[in-house]
Amino acid sequence: MSRTLMRGNEAIAEAGIRAGCRCYFCYPITPQGELVEYMARELPLREGVFLQAESEVSAINMVYGAAAAGVRTMTSSSSPGISLKMEGISYMAGARLPAVIVNIMRGGPGLGNIAPAQGDYFQATKGGGHGDYRLIVLAPSTVPEAAELIMLAFDLSDRYRVPAMILADGMLGQMMEPVELPAPVDPQSIPARPWALTGAKGRDPNVVLSFDLDPQGLKEMNRELQQTYREIQGTEVRWECVDTEDAEIVLVAYGTMGRIGKTVVRLAREEGIRAGLVRPISLWPFPYEPIRKISAQVPTVLTLELSAGQMWEDVRLAVEQRAQTPFFGELGGVVPTPRQILSEVKRYVSS
Amino acid sequence: MEQGVIFAGFGGQGILLAGKVLARAGMEHGLEVSWLPSYGPEMRGGTANCTVVLSDELIGAPIVDAPWALVAMNAPSLDRFEPQLAEGGLAVINTSLVHRSVQRTDLTAVPIPVTQLAHNLEMPRAGNMVALGALLRGLDSVPLQSAVQAMAHEMEERGRESLVDANRKALEAGYEEAGKVIVGS
Repeated sequence: MSRTLMRGNEAIAEAGIRAGCRCYFCYPITPQGELVEYMARELPLREGVFLQAESEVSAINMVYGAAAAGVRTMTSSSSPGISLKMEGISYMAGARLPAVIVNIMRGGPGLGNIAPAQGDYFQATKGGGHGDYRLIVLAPSTVPEAAELIMLAFDLSDRYRVPAMILADGMLGQMMEPVELPAPVDPQSIPARPWALTGAKGRDPNVVLSFDLDPQGLKEMNRELQQTYREIQGTEVRWECVDTEDAEIVLVAYGTMGRIGKTVVRLAREEGIRAGLVRPISLWPFPYEPIRKISAQVPTVLTLELSAGQMWEDVRLAVEQRAQTPFFGELGGVVPTPRQILSEVKRYVSS
Repeated sequence: MEQGVIFAGFGGQGILLAGKVLARAGMEHGLEVSWLPSYGPEMRGGTANCTVVLSDELIGAPIVDAPWALVAMNAPSLDRFEPQLAEGGLAVINTSLVHRSVQRTDLTAVPIPVTQLAHNLEMPRAGNMVALGALLRGLDSVPLQSAVQAMAHEMEERGRESLVDANRKALEAGYEEAGKVIVGS
């Protein structure tokens, strides 16, 4: 199969269409503008609907509507825009609607800037909207992986009826790499949606709601949600290990920092430091167990993030003081180079 | 083998396209590649740069501490990136706009009157391809022919087939000119 040189934003859009996304709603924002442009150009030619809403709030509620009607649907934005979508995301979680939300993160808080950052980890994984809900959160670190994870996000979201988020950053959105695009999904293979609002001719009406005024009823709805989340935690944890078997120090990093971490491991090994890397691919469910196991074998688990230390909290929950858990992060859209991180690694190895 | 290359200059000089053609040439030549633009709130006349990594293995960081080569299309680019270049690295300098040579003695400098050569070809906007051609003379990982092909594919996809020939000449002119400067090439 031939390789195409594509921007992260473009590969995400193309993979979304190939995953069967037929309705895309958005409000434009940098650094994910190319994703919007690509959808605007391609989706109408491929039996789909592209609609630029008047605001992020409208866009996410259009996603709510399309999902309720049983269509594979998606939206994308960047940090401040995702904040605006949070109410709708919580409603979709409550209404058990499958959809894919892409966050190409930028520097924050507030308007921040358009440079790459990972400051939205808490928002994505801990419930940025209200109520007891979770999103399935997948974090690609390369352009080909972004294409692959979009396909997976649609599948998982359908299977569990839980909205899924792709959490990437401006660097992945803007950079180009060769991609072997996944084959388009056969529409027949997309799971049936007997709950969808398709017109109740000849059957009882379906109801898609995110509320129940009776506390016992809402309790039952929540109980079912929690049961689904436990099932996802049991089966959908994804991560990658690089050179962890004999490691004296293990780095934990995702997305852009995950790939930079791979270079750090290589540079460290060239200097005789036995470094390894765990790269969480699913941020929720988080790979607690693999990190727990590794932390029993190494003295140091160093977390790297483009934030003040958000995933770090999950790493420390996994390690539970079996190893020391230092942190190295950058803020405001500054991206550290591999050698800057390598000097940090050297602070924790005795040799 | 892993080589980082930085293209830098004014916005509007075709910096990002030159980098993309190199990345695409590398890909079509069978290498792993990454292309990372600077993407601040830039505009025509501001600064632009991009980093291309060429490797025979999967690429980790798309940013590099010490790039192996630099294409400096204007003076601020040479000032900014010369100190970062790897030991023994390569610096292609557009002498039409940069009126100094490299300060470091370990570098291979390739002074090319890029803008002038493009004007001579009556293709004033093809300076980026002249510079890329010059770079390729010093770069053993991607042959000139791959870059010509990648440029042609790029022009065709943009509906600019009519520009393929002139851009090919620009690539070749840069390659030839650099041959006069780089000893043993």
